[in-house]
Amino acid sequence: MSLDISFIGILIGSIMASSVPLILAASGELVTERSGVLNLGVEGMMIIGAISGFALMVITDNLFIAIVGSMLSGVIISLIFGFLSQSLLTNHVATGLALTIFGIGLSAMLGKNFVGIPGKEFPILFSSLKESIPFFGPILFGHSIVLYFAFALPFLTNYFLKKTKLGLVVRAVGDSPVSASNQGINVILVRYCCILYGGAMCGLAGAYLSLIYTPQWIENMTAGRGWIALALVVFATWSPIKVLIGALIFGGITILQLHMQAIGFRIPVQFLSALPYLMTIIVLVVISRDSRKIKLNTPTSLGRIFYKEK
Amino acid sequence: MIKIEKRNDVPMALYFFTPFIAIILTILGGGIIFYILGFNPIEALKFYFITPISNLYGFSELLLKATPLCLIAIGLSFCFKSNNWNIGAEGQLTFGAIVGGGVALLFYNQEGFYILPLVIVAGAIGGMIFALIPAILKTYFNTNEILVSLMLVYVSKLLLDYLVVGPWSNPEGFNFPETRQFSDSSRMPLLFEGLRIHAGIFLALAAVMLSWFILYKTYLGFQIKVSGLSLKTAKYAGFKGKTMILVVFMISGACAGLAGVGEITGPIGQLHRMISPDYGFTAIIVAFLGRLNPFGIIFASLVVALTYLGAETAQIFLQIPKYTGQVFQGMILFFLLASDYLLFFKVKILNLKKNELRH
Repeated sequence: MSLDISFIGILIGSIMASSVPLILAASGELVTERSGVLNLGVEGMMIIGAISGFALMVITDNLFIAIVGSMLSGVIISLIFGFLSQSLLTNHVATGLALTIFGIGLSAMLGKNFVGIPGKEFPILFSSLKESIPFFGPILFGHSIVLYFAFALPFLTNYFLKKTKLGLVVRAVGDSPVSASNQGINVILVRYCCILYGGAMCGLAGAYLSLIYTPQWIENMTAGRGWIALALVVFATWSPIKVLIGALIFGGITILQLHMQAIGFRIPVQFLSALPYLMTIIVLVVISRDSRKIKLNTPTSLGRIFYKEK
Repeated sequence: MIKIEKRNDVPMALYFFTPFIAIILTILGGGIIFYILGFNPIEALKFYFITPISNLYGFSELLLKATPLCLIAIGLSFCFKSNNWNIGAEGQLTFGAIVGGGVALLFYNQEGFYILPLVIVAGAIGGMIFALIPAILKTYFNTNEILVSLMLVYVSKLLLDYLVVGPWSNPEGFNFPETRQFSDSSRMPLLFEGLRIHAGIFLALAAVMLSWFILYKTYLGFQIKVSGLSLKTAKYAGFKGKTMILVVFMISGACAGLAGVGEITGPIGQLHRMISPDYGFTAIIVAFLGRLNPFGIIFASLVVALTYLGAETAQIFLQIPKYTGQVFQGMILFFLLASDYLLFFKVKILNLKKNELRH
């Protein structure tokens, strides 16, 4: 294997592909957290998205329905979290954990008849350009539409949060629900919307795995990516652009690890596989050490229950 | 019409009664899911909750599964009571099993009364050390313990995987991913001939008694409870917050480590990849269902252990994937959290005339 320029192009392309589920889930969770809600159910919502996307693809043979359906199922499952945490004022951490456990169980139950069914090829865009342009071809072209969407999402999210009125409302609700409420903003409604949006993005992230990245259904196929996405939001100190950078770093480690295994690098496979998790811990330590820096960006009311006396 | 009022204080009777409501709702919810999947719900629920414990062997299996759940949940109750979110008990269990198992493997061809105590202590220390990582990072580097403890779960499982396929794999094992069998001196004594229930259950019961004593009879327990209710009060009272965080994590890690050692020296007898069906995560539900109360946790561990057994029975008789257990476990926690609403709010059904409403 030679390290020529076109190989590096292909490598970067595959790093981008592996970071897509992280970008989608983390961008969704970021908006949820910006509204002051900590939803630890990312893993559960992703796996539900993965099975519903795959099942709908098998049943309807229509990839569009499968993608939209996976987002809808993410919305539905996140509605459980929304109802409990917002209407019944339950603890966010415990509710999110329950959602993850429930989601993994439910996905395996629903997916029972879909194990071993081969997936369908997902259409890629500009495939001719991918081959004809060296280096830049595999980076810029020949990806699925979901990948292009994922790479645009952090910028859209950034614009939404910083430049639009609605984005300001979301941030106000996250930073100071009491004063937002006094301004006449329906805090609970805003938080509901952000939770459901997060659910849709996590559902899409799951569907990317089961329809595009490794087109098949495997039990527990999200394999902890939901948790890494959660860590990414903290890693990015709640900034969407940094989510993109972080996701690429993590995608890079995953791909590098696969290639190092392929070359026969003399480090046990398991140590390389542990790298993303260890890396998350190290990064968390580095960014959390400076408590001022992390406080500056953390949504002030994150994870706290908001209750308005009627 | 319905009127909702905030309660001033939580009625204790209701506090311990709502878990039962949650269990009943979970069973009903399970029945509905079975119905949707095309099974006779009554029959399916019978396979789930009655068949598994209708004989002595089943009852022993119930206690066998409740033992690690109870142990871990007891440990977690210290963390949760003081607002420390250790959700990586599964990793602490795994690391405890690795350290304890390592000691057991050192003595694989020896017998002696001292071996099992050594293995058990090693396991507890292993779990304790592993739990200290998120605790130290939290206290000295301000790092979120939820994410760190969770990431370490994956690290510990990969380490176990490396050890059982690599350096610790059984040299006569035809490359199966497992270690040698432990010697008889490293195994938990069985309590009854022909049943798998072992002496590890006494570890769990001891943990229950000890935790009750610490939580309700010592200054440390008082500090833990106060910090859980209000960190500001704890600071004002001059409690050493950092030390307490380290201590609760150590207790919790040691309990998880013991649970891990109990599994490998009890029913398993060696190290391999699948030493725990996510006991460490399920124990979080047990801790909540038991209301973080030592005796409540005993009861909750039996209920949740039944969901494991029921899932296995249902898999055999109804060909439902055993992951249904997790569906039930998730539902229990959902319903429990939801029913907590009744603790903090009074729901009054009013039947008054309009002008009376205005008073």
